[in-house]
Amino acid sequence: MTLKNWRELRPGGVIAEPGNSTAVETGSWGVTQPLVDFGVCVHCMICWIYCPDSCFLVREGRLVGVDYDHCKGCGICAVECPKKCIVMREGARDLVLGS
Amino acid sequence: MALVTRHSRLVKEVRGTPVALDGATLVAYAMRQVRPDVVAAYPITPQTVITEAFSEFVANGEVETEFIQTESEHAALSACIGASAAGGRVQTATSGPGLALMWEVMYVASGNRLPIVMHLCARALSAPLNILCDHSDVMGIRDAGWVILLAETAQEAYDNAIQAVRIAEHPEVMLPVASVMDGFITTHGVERSEVLPDEAVAEFVGTYRAPYSILDVAHPVTVGPLDFHDFYFEHKRQQIEAMERAREVVCQVAEEYGTLTGRCYGAVEPYRMEDAEVATLVIGSVAGTLRTVVDDLRRQGIRAGMVKLRCFRPFPGRELAALLGGVGVVGILDRSISPGGAGHPLFTEVSSALCQRGCAPRMRSFVYGLGGRTPAPAQFRQAYGDLLADRQLGAEASAPVYLGLRE
Repeated sequence: MTLKNWRELRPGGVIAEPGNSTAVETGSWGVTQPLVDFGVCVHCMICWIYCPDSCFLVREGRLVGVDYDHCKGCGICAVECPKKCIVMREGARDLVLGS
Repeated sequence: MALVTRHSRLVKEVRGTPVALDGATLVAYAMRQVRPDVVAAYPITPQTVITEAFSEFVANGEVETEFIQTESEHAALSACIGASAAGGRVQTATSGPGLALMWEVMYVASGNRLPIVMHLCARALSAPLNILCDHSDVMGIRDAGWVILLAETAQEAYDNAIQAVRIAEHPEVMLPVASVMDGFITTHGVERSEVLPDEAVAEFVGTYRAPYSILDVAHPVTVGPLDFHDFYFEHKRQQIEAMERAREVVCQVAEEYGTLTGRCYGAVEPYRMEDAEVATLVIGSVAGTLRTVVDDLRRQGIRAGMVKLRCFRPFPGRELAALLGGVGVVGILDRSISPGGAGHPLFTEVSSALCQRGCAPRMRSFVYGLGGRTPAPAQFRQAYGDLLADRQLGAEASAPVYLGLRE
């Protein structure tokens, strides 16, 4: 990605495009990522509520995956999951998405 | 033809009302006239008069400003930052140690490009404890990215206070402005000045239209985000550019103000410099004393001159080079010190600006008036004498002279 030069940037670093944090991929920050066992998951959405980076992908009321581009690997989801169907695993991203 | 032009200009001028007020009250009067949305301040000598007078205007309902008396100067300027980011016209006032406590937040204001105006009553920094005038506080913020204007008189403090709003809020600038007057000498001395009618000031400063507001939920913005190695440098470069653009804006606003009031200002103000062979460069209230000294010397046949600097940031190096480059010998008068530095603050600035332009005359550094030491005419007659001796001796760069110091 080519970063804007000083003439192109908004003065003072003001961000006037709400939600543009999705443009910055932070998925490489963590060591481990969550791996969800969908056979056990009951779609209670506790992980979705607790995730500080909104990384749990939901479609029609059901958990369908993890946004590994933005997950920083904090592991809160694995701790909070009442079914213990989320484990933090090195290489989980590659396992799910393919390397 | 010239007369007609002069006449038509005069017709447009607004008649001022003469008043006998101290500089601080006069500045509070100007604050009332520019009608800030928010003023956040903490009283400190000698600025207290501004805070008191302005809060009285608020209490009397003479201005609809939200006045916040904070728990410290750090909090005062922080409150200004929030209010300014919300899109308000915002002002504060402080002095010496109060400014020192604001130091961290000074950079936050300029870095976020918030057009806050500060009325600064120059005061010495402790220790030893001192509440009187010098420019130690002013020089401490020279790199903080604020436009810095310095007044000689109460009238200038009033005029600068009004112009500061236009400079700060100019879309090409968007930088905070410190409008400086000398503590006690200007803040507390009662002088004859002229004030403009309220409506003339309101029209001159106009309405501030902020580019964004943190309270505008329909257009949400983030102000002051984390700015690392990948962007910080670019944003600092923008600040440098904004300050460069302020050069032109300071002069444009002064010209417009001159058309309105008949009082004309520039970045520098020369006095009897046209054929000067010896000159001094000063800032602040001492300029009046220097004028009388220059007149005395002229009567004795010495071609003396003086340059007063009104705008310290952006620094008018080009203008100073044009005025001082051809003068045989120049004395730079500092009212603050930089122990162990290449020179005292103003001396370093001026000598650097002139050397860069390849027109450096012989220069000598003088320090006067620290901690409120009275700057007496005799001190400056001595300074001109030293300068003339320097010139005749062809001496090499000589040590700073401390005027009025018991040796």
